[in-house]
Amino acid sequence: MEAASVFLPLFGAIGAGLFGRFLGDRGSQLVSCGSLILAAILSLFVFADVVIGGNAREVMLVPWIESGNFKVDWALHFDALSAVMVSMVTIVSAAIHVYSIGYMEHDESIPRFFAYLSLFTFFMLMLVTASNLLQLFFGWEGVGLCSYLLIGFWYDRPSANAAAIKAFIVNRVGDVGFTLGILGVYWVFDTINLNGIFTNAAGAAGHNIQVLGIGTDSLTIVCLLLFVGAMGKSAQIGLHTWLPDAMEGPTPVSALIHAATMVTAGVFMVARFSPLFEQAPDALMVVAVVGATTAFFGATVGVVQNDIKRVIAYSTVSQLGYMFFAIGVSAYAAAMFHVVMHAFFKALLFLGAGSVIHAMSGEQDMRRMGGIWKNIKLTWALMWIGSLALAGIPFFAGYYSKDIILESAWGAHSTVGIYAYVMGIAAAFLTAFYSWRLLYMTFHGTPHADEKVMAHVHESPKVMTIPLMILALGAIFGGIIGQDYFVGEGANAFWGGTLNALPTHPALAAAHHAPRLIKFLPTLVAIAGIALATFAYQMAPDLPKRFAEQFRGVYGFLLHKWYFDELYERLFVRPALVLARGFWKSGDGTLIDGVGPDGIAAATRSLARRAAALQTGYVYHYAFAMLIGVAAFVTWYLYSLGR
Amino acid sequence: MLVIGLGHYLTVAAILFTLGIFGIFLNRKNVIIILMSVELMLLAVNINLVAFSAYLGDLIGQIFAMFVLTVAAAEAAVGLAILVIYFRNRGSIAVEDIDVLKG
Amino acid sequence: MIIQAVLFYLFAAIAIASSAMVISARNPVHSVLFLILTFFNAAGLFLLLGAEFLAFTLIFVYVGAVAALFLFVVMMLDINFAELRQGFLNYLPIGGTIGLILVIELVALGLGWVFSPGASSVAAAPLPPPDAMTNTAALGALFYTRYIYLFEISGLILLVAMIGAIVLTLRRRKDVRKQNIGAQVARGRTVELRNVPSRGGV
Repeated sequence: MEAASVFLPLFGAIGAGLFGRFLGDRGSQLVSCGSLILAAILSLFVFADVVIGGNAREVMLVPWIESGNFKVDWALHFDALSAVMVSMVTIVSAAIHVYSIGYMEHDESIPRFFAYLSLFTFFMLMLVTASNLLQLFFGWEGVGLCSYLLIGFWYDRPSANAAAIKAFIVNRVGDVGFTLGILGVYWVFDTINLNGIFTNAAGAAGHNIQVLGIGTDSLTIVCLLLFVGAMGKSAQIGLHTWLPDAMEGPTPVSALIHAATMVTAGVFMVARFSPLFEQAPDALMVVAVVGATTAFFGATVGVVQNDIKRVIAYSTVSQLGYMFFAIGVSAYAAAMFHVVMHAFFKALLFLGAGSVIHAMSGEQDMRRMGGIWKNIKLTWALMWIGSLALAGIPFFAGYYSKDIILESAWGAHSTVGIYAYVMGIAAAFLTAFYSWRLLYMTFHGTPHADEKVMAHVHESPKVMTIPLMILALGAIFGGIIGQDYFVGEGANAFWGGTLNALPTHPALAAAHHAPRLIKFLPTLVAIAGIALATFAYQMAPDLPKRFAEQFRGVYGFLLHKWYFDELYERLFVRPALVLARGFWKSGDGTLIDGVGPDGIAAATRSLARRAAALQTGYVYHYAFAMLIGVAAFVTWYLYSLGR
Repeated sequence: MLVIGLGHYLTVAAILFTLGIFGIFLNRKNVIIILMSVELMLLAVNINLVAFSAYLGDLIGQIFAMFVLTVAAAEAAVGLAILVIYFRNRGSIAVEDIDVLKG
Repeated sequence: MIIQAVLFYLFAAIAIASSAMVISARNPVHSVLFLILTFFNAAGLFLLLGAEFLAFTLIFVYVGAVAALFLFVVMMLDINFAELRQGFLNYLPIGGTIGLILVIELVALGLGWVFSPGASSVAAAPLPPPDAMTNTAALGALFYTRYIYLFEISGLILLVAMIGAIVLTLRRRKDVRKQNIGAQVARGRTVELRNVPSRGGV
């Protein structure tokens, strides 16, 4: 049953992918959605068994590598952490599959889309149920691959192709760190099986390693390297540039991959390696700082974006930052809580945005929307729900998860924690602001679209709205239900030892005893953000424009995403292109081709031409040659005889 | 010098042979010269054979020379026939125009 | 003795001179005529060697047939007076050198030739003394007995050459109206045999 929940999406992918032509559009949709819904149901059973029943287990599939002492098997590792992830991934993926039936209705390659979507789900499931680092890496790379395939799904668009390559390459940079991290783990622990690593985690704490002649704590290095991989996958500041461009893909892809699942793989991986990270406090500090900075960064950039999907994308970047700084203060459970809650409401927001785009006949620029809430009441309501959850308004899902993270940041009582808390509060304010900016610009106010588009605004079909409602249920009630189990009293029994913070890192425990002000500040700040947004966009509509003109420098800085893309272009892209061109033209062209095929061909040709000059076609020339030969022979014989 | 020995005849044959070879590749005029040069070479060979036959007292040289004569005649006939149709097709028997085999 | 030497040198000189003229004469007809002169002188050399049959056969065959053939062809082909084209002198140095080398070598061989003492006794067909049989008779005695096969085959060669020459050069005139009686009279495809069932009709 466990294996089935992981492999059913693969079955769906193969069915839709290889047999799409026979099954047709409807058939592929049926196969992939059916497999995924079945996998979701099975995952709930597994969840019940593993988490509530407490039967963590390892399901061995196939032996893989056995080379001396190095033994790696294909096995599915089910404990509380992976069961939670499996359920979340399958449920959200199933909802998005069903949504895609409606959204991609008019596309020409429906089977291919569903095959890629299911394939992605399979790889994600392999990632979270991996029992060893190599299998995790397999899933890691697989989701990267599917992300590339899906971003560039509409491959006749050059921008989509460029975005797909950008995503893959930036991910690759992270993967270099990750691979080195895996090697480091093997170096320290002599095994890459998770069980083997975690049982020896404490023992390896003082292990030293020589890096370029400098002796450092090996676990710190290993954890930092692993975190680099997580930075790439989860779009932390520095390796985040791919995520906004990834919006070139269809909206369901943005919802599934870049909101709910793939980007949380980094968080999952670091949380999974919590025993290791606990032994490397320096690494945790780095994680926290990076996460906090990312949270702030994403929020600032999201404030000025005009494309509806990009606002939500930067919101994702920001929320991922939250998750990481929660991990950085050893509040792993809080981070995972936010992962699950965020999956629901972010997917809801993305799919809702997709609904809006669908209704506005493909328009994505918010400046050309407005005043459509009456026509698409259901989508409007769902977007409000999603935004309320995102902003952290009480009783919605986000309130519980974001608040516990911010409280843990305070509860760490360290400089890093305070920094994270301040950044988090600022980001919360900005989050509320831009979420309501989005709502007002999109749904309220005077319509800025032309009449033809406005006439066409209509509600999405049921096949699209029902998944949205399911996700909305999660966004509304998930927090209330899950709060106790994820981070509250029942947390220890829930997690069952998979996410353990050391007693020296009491951030999560201390969070529950935070003073009132600390607890309510996020909510206050969120309400302030909503108020500001209402003021700026509803009551004084040209205030934002005047503000932007007044602070042109800051506005430009934010609009250009802190000039990261320009910086990378200068630092990496252009030199790389110069180098590549040099290698291509001189190295490959002149040197290798010149010495190799072309050179040999030219030499052959010139030699042949010279040899062909002997064939003049005149018989008397040939006779002459024969005569010379005869004379030579006679001379030779005379000499040999004479001797 | 006065007593004509085998060597004299062989010298004459050698010179005739060489002249025939010269005729083959030094001529620029036409192909008939080539055929005639071939006849010259065969004649030189014949002189050689007969000279040896005379000085060895062996008639077989002359028999061989007889056959060479026959074959030379046949070859001259066929060669000229080929030349005639070549001329019919190409309109020229200048040696420099015959370069169809040119590689 | 002395007359032999004189005659030899005379014949040899004229033969060599006229063969040089063969290859260098401007007019192709002149070339053929010089070739004829060469043959005559060669026949003279043969006579000096005592091979009179061969000498006269040379004249019959070469002069009478081959050279005449050459003349026919030269006249038929309407060859222009060939101007001595450029390039003749290009090859002269190399050609001359090689030719000279060849001649020197051949002459050196020829002059230095020493017969082994018992060479005459192993003659394949001993030369009968001139009083016993004429040269012709001696040759005939050999041809028709021991070398009969080769003799017949050489006849065949001549036949084949003749046929070949005719096949190559035969032209049919297109404006001649000839009758092909066989084709006119033949029934060929005009009549067809069919098996008709009885009382069936065609």
